[in-house]
Amino acid sequence: MPVKSRIRPDEILFRVGTGLFGVILIAIVAAIGWILYTNSADSIWKFGWRFWRTDIWDPVAGEFGAHPFIWGTLYSSVLALLISGPIALGIAIFTSELCPDWLRRPLVFLTELLAAIPSIVYGLWGIFVLVPFVRQLEIATPAWMKSIPLFSGPPLGLGMLAAALLLSIMIIPFSSSVAREVLRAVPQAQREGAYALGATRWEAIRMALFYARTGIVGAIMLGFGRALGETMAVTMVIGNTPQASPSLFAPQYTMAAVIANEFAEASDTLHVHALVEIGLVLFIITLVVNVLSRAFIWSLGRQNAPKRARRQTAAAPEAA
Amino acid sequence: MRNRWRTFMSHVVVVLSAMAVLFALVPLALILFYVVKQGVSSLNWAFFTRMPVPVGESGGGMANAIFGSLMVTGLGALFAIPVGVLAGVYASEYRGTRIASAVRFAADTLNGVPSIVIGVFAYGVAVRPFHHFSAYAGAFALGVMMLPLVMRTTEELLLLVPHTLREGALALGATRARAVFSVVLPAALPGIMTGILLALARVAGETAPLLFTALNNSYFTTDPRQPTSTLTVQVFTYAISPYPDWHRQAWAGALVLVALVLTCSLLARVATARMERMQRGA
Repeated sequence: MPVKSRIRPDEILFRVGTGLFGVILIAIVAAIGWILYTNSADSIWKFGWRFWRTDIWDPVAGEFGAHPFIWGTLYSSVLALLISGPIALGIAIFTSELCPDWLRRPLVFLTELLAAIPSIVYGLWGIFVLVPFVRQLEIATPAWMKSIPLFSGPPLGLGMLAAALLLSIMIIPFSSSVAREVLRAVPQAQREGAYALGATRWEAIRMALFYARTGIVGAIMLGFGRALGETMAVTMVIGNTPQASPSLFAPQYTMAAVIANEFAEASDTLHVHALVEIGLVLFIITLVVNVLSRAFIWSLGRQNAPKRARRQTAAAPEAA
Repeated sequence: MRNRWRTFMSHVVVVLSAMAVLFALVPLALILFYVVKQGVSSLNWAFFTRMPVPVGESGGGMANAIFGSLMVTGLGALFAIPVGVLAGVYASEYRGTRIASAVRFAADTLNGVPSIVIGVFAYGVAVRPFHHFSAYAGAFALGVMMLPLVMRTTEELLLLVPHTLREGALALGATRARAVFSVVLPAALPGIMTGILLALARVAGETAPLLFTALNNSYFTTDPRQPTSTLTVQVFTYAISPYPDWHRQAWAGALVLVALVLTCSLLARVATARMERMQRGA
């Protein structure tokens, strides 16, 4: 039984004082939603759902349709996910299960360095190194492949493929570091049990992967959330052409990129509101993806330590 | 036969996952290689001390952009550090409470908001009402990005401080505030500083939130009420321009940014390793 003490005024002051600063964070998140909504109301009421289905983006004529942008954002992020997902999982398996102890820290440090490099540096490297490389690749594509819509179009270098490749490099560290944590949280007994039954190394790892599956899905989704919102690097290599094309070689556009390119110059209110509406939807999508991914990661943590969780709630206020 | 297949599969997976590591390390090496190679040949003293020159003239530097970056990041930190540290203190002191969980949730949410969206938000809060781009608006955007990082580091490091320290302070009759600010917080300070350093390095490399808040400026300005040029926005402008002279400047800027990030990451790693050793020793 905790001893009930008289609450002292300085204790209240401390609690309210620091609490107010905590509330600032909550207020900022709420304010982001509010500011984005009030600054996009014109566009929301004028165009309604049509905004997301029309292809025409013509600031001069006052016609705004965001379909190519949402297509470009989703397409590039899904492609990036397909490339980076297996790689991130492989890194997580290698650094948590396979590699010798002395190698682990340097490897983790290096992969996490990928997350520390500024987006603008990725973009610069993308323009001058990756895009020419992709152009060579596109020129070398045989003619019969070019007839498939996936590979159609002139070899520009700038376009969906370059953006997806660059994005996949950028999001690897986000997925791999969480996936590694999740794998390390799998109880050692799971692996020992598998080995005891005569499992090979891969079979034991497969057990661990199965055990941690929700957390791994969460880790991959976290990377997806990053890809959706990535701005500068994509803007610099995707070609900035508003067309929803299935081709990997076609220059396209993303939601974040159109805001980055047009916002500072937009003078007309409707144009600004249309851009902010794109920002609002980007905010909502990334919010949902992030909350879902964290829910996946948490649900695994709870399943791992049901007893500890219960003890913590019992001793709640003083547990810290 | 079956067993041989199983061992073979096992080897295949080991090789595949090692290859995955290479797939990440090769781009990292390529990026660092090009940034260093192109950057070193373009970087010189003038880059730090001279102003940008018009197209066609070679030479010149980014003195105004470097100062601008320092000013915008510094002002952002001035806002984010006190708020983030105190919010972190609250979240760790009143851990079980509902407000603390809400604060933690808000921080994680804020951390996942795309930087371009933070930029639009800062525009709505700090540019539109004043009809004026300014360094303050850019600093606000960067501060909002730093907040969740500072808050979470503070919270996590305060939880690592041994209980006995706090109990000692309380036993001597200290109030809770006194125990936190005079004993617990100082004990966690080196770690918190490391976290703040990493957060600073991260937001100093941000471009998207500055595009329409701090905007740009061809002149040297020390007035935060004016639009301000920053290193990252300047690199962006130069990179998408068609002029080779400007491309060289962009690579030099990228090298400065990468050097900054690398130094901070290495410092942080050394500091963390030392702290871990100390904890094991104690």
